[in-house]
Amino acid sequence: MTDPQPPPVPSTQPGRVRVVSPRSSAARAAAHRPVRREIDEQTIVGDVYMRSLVRLQLRLAVGVCLIFAVLLGGFPLVLALQPQLGSLHVLGLPLPWLLLGVLVYPSLVVAAWLYVRQAERNERDFADLVQ
Amino acid sequence: MSAAYGVTAVAVVIAATVLIGTFALRLSRTTSDFYVASRSVSPVWNASAIGGEYLSAASFLGVAGLILAYGADMLWFPVGYTAGYLVLLVLVAAPLRRSGAYTLPDFAEARTESLTVRRIASILVVTIGWLYLLPQLVGAGLTVTLATGAPRWLGGLLVAVVVVFSVATGGMRSITFVQAFQYWLKLTALAVPVLFLLLAWHADGSPSPGDGAATFPERTTVRLADDTTFVVRTAVAVRVTGRLSEAGSPPATYDARRVPLTRGTWSATDGTRLTFPAGAMVPHLRGLEPSAGAEWTRPLSGAGGRDHPLYATYSLILALFFGTMGLPHVLVRFYTNPDGRAARRTTLVVLCLLGAFYLLPTVYGALARVYTPDLLLTGRIDTAVLLLPQRLVGGTGGQLLTALVTAGAFAAFLSTSSGLTVSVAGVLSQDVLRGSVRDFRLAAALAVTVPFVLSLGAASLNVADVVGLAFAVAASSFCPLLLLGIWWRGLTDLGATAGLLTGGGLATAAVSVTIAGIDRDGWAGALLAQPAAWTVPIAFAVMVVVSLCTPHRVAPGVARTMVRLHAPELVELRDRSAPSRSARQS
Repeated sequence: MTDPQPPPVPSTQPGRVRVVSPRSSAARAAAHRPVRREIDEQTIVGDVYMRSLVRLQLRLAVGVCLIFAVLLGGFPLVLALQPQLGSLHVLGLPLPWLLLGVLVYPSLVVAAWLYVRQAERNERDFADLVQ
Repeated sequence: MSAAYGVTAVAVVIAATVLIGTFALRLSRTTSDFYVASRSVSPVWNASAIGGEYLSAASFLGVAGLILAYGADMLWFPVGYTAGYLVLLVLVAAPLRRSGAYTLPDFAEARTESLTVRRIASILVVTIGWLYLLPQLVGAGLTVTLATGAPRWLGGLLVAVVVVFSVATGGMRSITFVQAFQYWLKLTALAVPVLFLLLAWHADGSPSPGDGAATFPERTTVRLADDTTFVVRTAVAVRVTGRLSEAGSPPATYDARRVPLTRGTWSATDGTRLTFPAGAMVPHLRGLEPSAGAEWTRPLSGAGGRDHPLYATYSLILALFFGTMGLPHVLVRFYTNPDGRAARRTTLVVLCLLGAFYLLPTVYGALARVYTPDLLLTGRIDTAVLLLPQRLVGGTGGQLLTALVTAGAFAAFLSTSSGLTVSVAGVLSQDVLRGSVRDFRLAAALAVTVPFVLSLGAASLNVADVVGLAFAVAASSFCPLLLLGIWWRGLTDLGATAGLLTGGGLATAAVSVTIAGIDRDGWAGALLAQPAAWTVPIAFAVMVVVSLCTPHRVAPGVARTMVRLHAPELVELRDRSAPSRSARQS
């Protein structure tokens, strides 16, 4: 509890003079420096966090790309090594036509969906961590 | 096809585009801030708009034409166009949206903090934009000629004028609804006719496209619209009206006379009519080299007379998978997402929309192999999609379906061209001229005029092939800039400059040689026709090595940029916008 009454000022003494200028400038600097310092501090601390998040998201992205690099990118190579696969018929369609003309599209969508889910989960975890 | 239907189809699409554009513009001007308005658009609308802008003449006409001629290897085109969005989604979408860059040069400058890099990026945007606009205008010329019988240059001119008009008046700039409408129009224009086509094909006894060489299903008269040199692989007797000559002998004029075409190369003049008997093997335009017989169904058959099909396939895959992210008109569209998270979700919807669309061109290509093989002789393989409804369905129904397909094709030219024109004009007016509204209008005219003039001399180019080259340049320049810029702090302005110049320069040079039609055999030809497999790694290597050699040139604000690119929106309020408050609280 604070006392609303100001302390009594002795009337016999000469009025006190408050020297304002240097202190107020110091006060301004003090009010500003912590902000700047804390921004700096946050960048350094935050930097470690940010680097870990960036690494995590990059690993996820490269993982998805690698899966498709192997699956899609390996396909021409497999066909080059085993040309008879190119004339194999599945469900009434030649295998390359079935894979490249039809099945590749749903698999791209599923991969994208799984990626978005995982990337958002990573970001949620990161948000929980830093808050 | 009767000209009335074609003219109506084209006119309706132009009218709808301009009307929706002006209406949506008024709407967005009355509702507070323009960007706020466009950011309140839902992911489905936004994704439709991205799909609408992305599905160009190459997707709508070119892919089916390539499949008609070359078969299985061409399936990689639609796969690559779609998979490019997966790569864009996982590596670029969210950080790029968070960067706040509106154009690729904006991103280049924000990340490297260098004006030089910005200028080079601007030049590359204009190069890629022109390279991509060229086939759109060629395709428009083909379509309008086929639909109305007008001269070839009219279609390109029509698209150029409509695009400059709507872009310069602002009628189409960032208007999501025009592009979204055009996606659904394009999907309808392929999906509805395909049902009728498949029914007609079934009623015809489901002839397989892969049984043998392309043959005329019935007695067919082909009228040549140009002086044509073609190759006969199997001797056949035809009825000829017009001028015809075997290679090396003087031309003779015939009037409905039977002429035995022996194996070899023949030339016929403009307007000559050749009538083939049913079952005759289709001769093909010299230089087209379509795959014959069982080759057509098999991948890596070396179709198109291309040497080293395995290399060509991999190079194409690389160009398409990594080129999408570097296309100037794709990035602009991502800006309309409210944040990085929405950018990801929008991209997911885009993948669904593209996947649905790209099932269709393959069906058209396969049906075209059976029902429009004469295009191999005339060389107009890009018109297969437009011809099929008339050939298979016929009558008024066929004419209506043809009008629908023509409308869809025209929507494809308009939407992609306007998106590209906005990007190119934006760069030209900001970085070359001085950025006023008048400059933007001038730049819009310039952005379309150059490719239009080029298209007049390039009627024989296949649209999907040229678009593939635009992807190769994008993959060799902006792809390394975006990937390294987003994921690697060590990228320096000098590294970016060197990489963009080397990769973009080499790819552009290779593409120029190919478009100029300088034929080379063996490895030189394969490397020049599909440059991505060597230019992309070189661009990456140069960018990384030069950056590593100039570590003192790393942008001073790179840590801050990284926070902006990667910090999730969930923590944005505390960490980014008001860092002092959150720091004090913790």
